[in-house]
Amino acid sequence: MNILVPIKRVVDFNIRVQLKRDLSGVQTDNVKMSINPFDEIAVEEALRIRERGQADEVIVASIGPDAIQQQIRTALAMGADRAVHVLTDLEIQPLFAARLLLALIEREKANLVLMGKQAIDDDCNQTGQMLAAIWNRPQATFGSQIEINSNVATVRREVDEGLETIEVDLPAVITTDLRLNEPRFVKMPDIMKAKRKPLQSITPEELNVVPPAMLETISFEPPPQRIGGHKVESVDELVMELKNRGVI
Amino acid sequence: MRFQHKETIVVDREVMQYDMVVVGAGPAGLACAIRFKQQQPGLSVCVLEKGAEVGSHILSGAVMQPDALDELLPEWRKSYLGIRVAATIDKFRFMTKQRSWWFPLPPQLNNHGNFIVSLGALCAWMASKAEELEIDVFPGFTAAQPLFENSAVIGVRCGDMGVSADDTPGPNFAAGVDIHAKLTVLAEGCRGSVSKQLIREFQLDKDCSPQTYGLGFKELWQLPDGRGQAGLIQHSVGWPLNNNTYGGSFIYHLDNDQVYIGFVVGLDYRNPDFDPFETFQQFKHHPSVYPLLEGGEILFSGARSLIEGGVQSLPKLEMPGALLIGDAAGTMNVAKMKGVHMAMRSGMLAADHYAAHSSSEGFDKTWRNSSSATELKRVRNMRPGFRAGLWAGLVNAAYETVTFGLSPWTLKNHADWSSIDTRKAAGNDTANIFEKKLPPRDRLASVYFASNAHDESQPVHLKVADTSVCVTRCAEEYGNPCTRFCPAQVYEIVEDADQGKRLQINAANCVHCKACDIKDPYEIITWTTPQGGSGPNYQNL
Repeated sequence: MNILVPIKRVVDFNIRVQLKRDLSGVQTDNVKMSINPFDEIAVEEALRIRERGQADEVIVASIGPDAIQQQIRTALAMGADRAVHVLTDLEIQPLFAARLLLALIEREKANLVLMGKQAIDDDCNQTGQMLAAIWNRPQATFGSQIEINSNVATVRREVDEGLETIEVDLPAVITTDLRLNEPRFVKMPDIMKAKRKPLQSITPEELNVVPPAMLETISFEPPPQRIGGHKVESVDELVMELKNRGVI
Repeated sequence: MRFQHKETIVVDREVMQYDMVVVGAGPAGLACAIRFKQQQPGLSVCVLEKGAEVGSHILSGAVMQPDALDELLPEWRKSYLGIRVAATIDKFRFMTKQRSWWFPLPPQLNNHGNFIVSLGALCAWMASKAEELEIDVFPGFTAAQPLFENSAVIGVRCGDMGVSADDTPGPNFAAGVDIHAKLTVLAEGCRGSVSKQLIREFQLDKDCSPQTYGLGFKELWQLPDGRGQAGLIQHSVGWPLNNNTYGGSFIYHLDNDQVYIGFVVGLDYRNPDFDPFETFQQFKHHPSVYPLLEGGEILFSGARSLIEGGVQSLPKLEMPGALLIGDAAGTMNVAKMKGVHMAMRSGMLAADHYAAHSSSEGFDKTWRNSSSATELKRVRNMRPGFRAGLWAGLVNAAYETVTFGLSPWTLKNHADWSSIDTRKAAGNDTANIFEKKLPPRDRLASVYFASNAHDESQPVHLKVADTSVCVTRCAEEYGNPCTRFCPAQVYEIVEDADQGKRLQINAANCVHCKACDIKDPYEIITWTTPQGGSGPNYQNL
């Protein structure tokens, strides 16, 4: 079994995101970038499945410009066997990503796609679901525990009501939630080994994928400034304040 | 026992072999690695960096004198695209509470031909150049301790990852590797933790004055449109510091209406109630400064200690198997307020020396015969002159300037931890009561603007040898100055119902400035490296 793990390069979760001055987007110059944390969890889970002897190969994929190879190398240093880099400068939106990933599934003969439930930059939470739909295979989203038994995956999902356990036939798409695992630390000798692991670049054209119609971003706005609150002395004062602000 | 490394968690460790290991990816370490590899492309070099990325722990003014970088990587003027603004106008002023007077510019502060840069961004660029030369740069890995064999340094042990708070291996434990190298280069910057151990082990400071330090604060602000004057460089002395406390401010105007604003105080301040962080915040509210920042937005902030001791405090730069370079040694030129070119120069000189001699032996002499040493000797009496107060210091500095430092004497330095009076002797400090209108509102807010992150399940990396002193002797004698000199509110005296008063160490706040390791009056705080990648995530500082 081959596991395909798509990863996305995002602004690191520790960084305070700032808008560009002309509001055309988020400031990413000289800003620390990382693997989307949910995708990192997916890489870890794929490695654990392989280490249990239930998978032959873990293939990491990412879509974007040359700079994303830094994150691909990190995933290889964690232990993935090889990587595919879809090289494009186009903006990546979920449907475009799903179509490119479908092409990669066919190319790499993947039986399982493990990916983050969403990326922490746009928080779309769509690509996994779209991929399952156009692949016409089952999906198990928000996985917090995954067991593989021959051709069936048992996935415990985090849902609004609590936990739900479902079985899906493989091949399938499983998206990962925060509590699934805690990714391993990358070791220094593995960083050296990762430099020599196969990393293949391919373009959307070579995969015969044309970008679908995409959403157009008109402008970015910072969240409104919060105004500090203050304590009131009595119920009457509270009611007065609420009335003054037009809340009641 | 000397020359023994400490066995923390006993485990089989992988060993990696290099010709040269450099600890710290700052200007000194990267310059050393790059220069060495330029000359010896066949030999292997690695650079360890405790920050999550190269540059994320670097905080510096920084007005850079470009001569060293021009020599090392002349293409920087074209291909470094981070913050870089040519210096245009220099101004120097004296401040009182309500007013300020422009002074004639001391010649050391003439920045014609220099650049305001983000040293963090510049180092990230240098690291990319290092990788092009096939130097292995490892951000996110600490050098936890030196390794010895036969009384010589043979490399460093990297810090373990995934250790639990009780010092046992956690579920994701990954043992740090041992890096063995023919030469270990310490480029950790001011008060490096491995450098400190080695200076002690090899008694490298036995023939020099104690090192003396400053604590620097820096913020990056986005001003309203049109308020910036790109290239303007302003320094000040005076208020809010009193006559006996060394220090001053800097304001550097970048393009796009951004400014770096910062403040440096000498850590030899005497009053235990003195509060460096609040002093900086107070400075920002001076009638001549507040209008600059009002309506602007703070983007980043941070703090870092810096070297002020000069040539008379410089330890011996060599020991068997290892060298000290940059501010790990203390090559900063405090009179010029510049250390970047000195750091790079010492790194390049170390590389040249090792390339020529294949040994650390003789590097100390090589450096002391270099132009960098001449530069430091000339200004050696300026900083210590300020121990007699601001005005005496300025007069002395003027004298040392016109005589080119040829006076036959060399003023001594004193250890900062001993340069603090008891509360009784110091009397009351009345400073720092003011209405705060500009962010950050307090230390914790400031830590937020440092994008600080430590995994909280790790052991506390600030080792206090005897916490019983804190609520007894120290509370009485000094009133717990750690709660004031720490810019990140790491140290707090809290009161529990059952245990009474005790010291609480909020290690996750630490911005790695090292002030506590320097200034604590009982010398019982030791700063050690936390898990690799922890700490501030400075961007463009």
